[in-house]
Amino acid sequence: MDSFVILCFAVVNSIALLALISLGLAVIFGMMRVINFAHGEFIMLGGYATVIANHAGVNLWLSMLVVAPIFVALIGAVTERLIVRRLYGHLITTMLATWGLSLFLIGAVTAIFGNTTMGVSAPLGNIPIGAYSIGAYQLFLIGITALLVVSSLLALHWTKYGLIARAAMQNSEMAATLGINCDRVYAATFIVGAAISGLAGALLAPISGVLPHMGAAYVARAFVTVISGGGALITGFLSAATILGPVEALLSYFATPVIGQASLLLLAVIILRLFPTGVSSLWTGGR
Amino acid sequence: MVRQVEHALFPVALVLFAALGPFVLEPFDLVNLSAFSAMAIAALGLAFVWGTLGILNLGHSVFFGLGAYAYAIAVSNLGDSTLAVLIGIALAVAFSLVLGYFLFFSRLGDVYLGVITLCVTLIFYSFMMSTADPSFHIGPVPLGGFNGITAVPSLNMPGDPQVFLSTEATFSICLLSLAGAYVLLSLLRSSDAGRIMTAIRESELRSELLGYDIRFYKLVGFAVSAAIAGLGGALYTAVMGYVSPNVFDLPQASQFVLWVIAGGLGAFVGPVVASFGFQLLSSQLGANQVFNTELIFGATIILFVMLVPQGLQPMLLGLSSLKFPNRFGILRRKEKPA
Repeated sequence: MDSFVILCFAVVNSIALLALISLGLAVIFGMMRVINFAHGEFIMLGGYATVIANHAGVNLWLSMLVVAPIFVALIGAVTERLIVRRLYGHLITTMLATWGLSLFLIGAVTAIFGNTTMGVSAPLGNIPIGAYSIGAYQLFLIGITALLVVSSLLALHWTKYGLIARAAMQNSEMAATLGINCDRVYAATFIVGAAISGLAGALLAPISGVLPHMGAAYVARAFVTVISGGGALITGFLSAATILGPVEALLSYFATPVIGQASLLLLAVIILRLFPTGVSSLWTGGR
Repeated sequence: MVRQVEHALFPVALVLFAALGPFVLEPFDLVNLSAFSAMAIAALGLAFVWGTLGILNLGHSVFFGLGAYAYAIAVSNLGDSTLAVLIGIALAVAFSLVLGYFLFFSRLGDVYLGVITLCVTLIFYSFMMSTADPSFHIGPVPLGGFNGITAVPSLNMPGDPQVFLSTEATFSICLLSLAGAYVLLSLLRSSDAGRIMTAIRESELRSELLGYDIRFYKLVGFAVSAAIAGLGGALYTAVMGYVSPNVFDLPQASQFVLWVIAGGLGAFVGPVVASFGFQLLSSQLGANQVFNTELIFGATIILFVMLVPQGLQPMLLGLSSLKFPNRFGILRRKEKPA
């Protein structure tokens, strides 16, 4: 019974983790059709910002929830201005350029901080369940991920900004003729996406530690989730996370984490074989 | 006509170098150049599949790595390197067919292809990293996890496993293989099938309406590039004597892409020259520990993509509009959302 609860917890945790690491990417990809290959490094920078701010004496919660998102949002703003803005509409070029950026950031962080793991200890202690225990911080992660996803959904569908953003995303020319400054909407979207990625990295820092190459551990899963989710911005990636998360969690539990990740990719490839535009094409009609 | 001469000149130059190199170069340089040309062979595979067929494969290093690992495992099990090289090629091709089936028969767009292929190589990386336990072995060969497989036997005389080839002979074989891959891919590109592939790159819809099964041609092109990459990987392991999970990591994957972008998408000579140039450069920088390689690769990729998107060969020769129409277009094509 206890082990069953633990397993359920692992499944929910895995879904939440996938959702957390993909949300920033999903916002940028869903809105702008831009694949940000430096996504993993945005996560990594969020983690570093947290750890360094914390070591400098800033309160852990403050450095996670405020410092890291703002820092990565700034990086995102610079990236948007220098690279992404110049390449709108050139999907592949943007992807290659952000890939270059990804390597550049890994190299830069390695040069500055060295190739070692830095970390902060996870707050909040443990909650015992029978013979096992789960970290309260993990529960906090699940909660904040749910909060983030729900507020993104609400922001998109119930606010004026969300309406404008969806208009710019669905038909930018039409939106432009209606007086919407699409460039500004895109810039804002990219910055928001970067901030969310930074926040994800910050939240992960206490449980995983930070090192320059950590982005690679998340980026494959994040991409796969977003792509197999398809066109619908939030519901798409959320449903993909719900399908992929349990598979990864269960196989990681019964086999090894590597097999879990490999089967996640395999499943995603199969999903794309069945629904080439992602699972959300089931209810959006293949947009 | 000019183009035929140009095509013939490059392999002739390689063959001359293969014949004369051992007389003028130090053994250390010969080993280095052998390894460089093994990498250049793999780069040619990517130049073909991306430049001719328009398949954006960011995980080309998967096939290189599979060839490398297959060679290392097979040569120690069988004792004969010729068969091991062939097994390396065969494994890369087999994997490319399976992966390609899912990718092309799903009709995934360029961006999706790039993302999936890159993810595949990252998964291989973490898998090979997790094989440190002695229980991971094939025959007498432990996979070795982070350390990879060391002390891999080098090339031997075909048919006579007792006689190992000299550094000079290995150098010549690597350069001749490079010349061979170049000739093979050039012939394929100018064949009827190659023209269809070019047509598919220009417009999938039009090619399909003309009655060509684009999925089939993509799969074949993908497998050919995998075979070439597998050959490169096998030779690389034979020259270096070891293989580690790093063949699947991000810097490795980015190298191939960088060389092809830098050399010129759609060109063959450019990527080969770029691969030698960048390898020389990074071995110099690496030896002096001046800069971190990822920093350099990343910055160079950004610079090329943003400033010289057509690549060096077309830029230097001023060919971009004359002989390779729409080359610029491959990279800078405006796209509808995938």
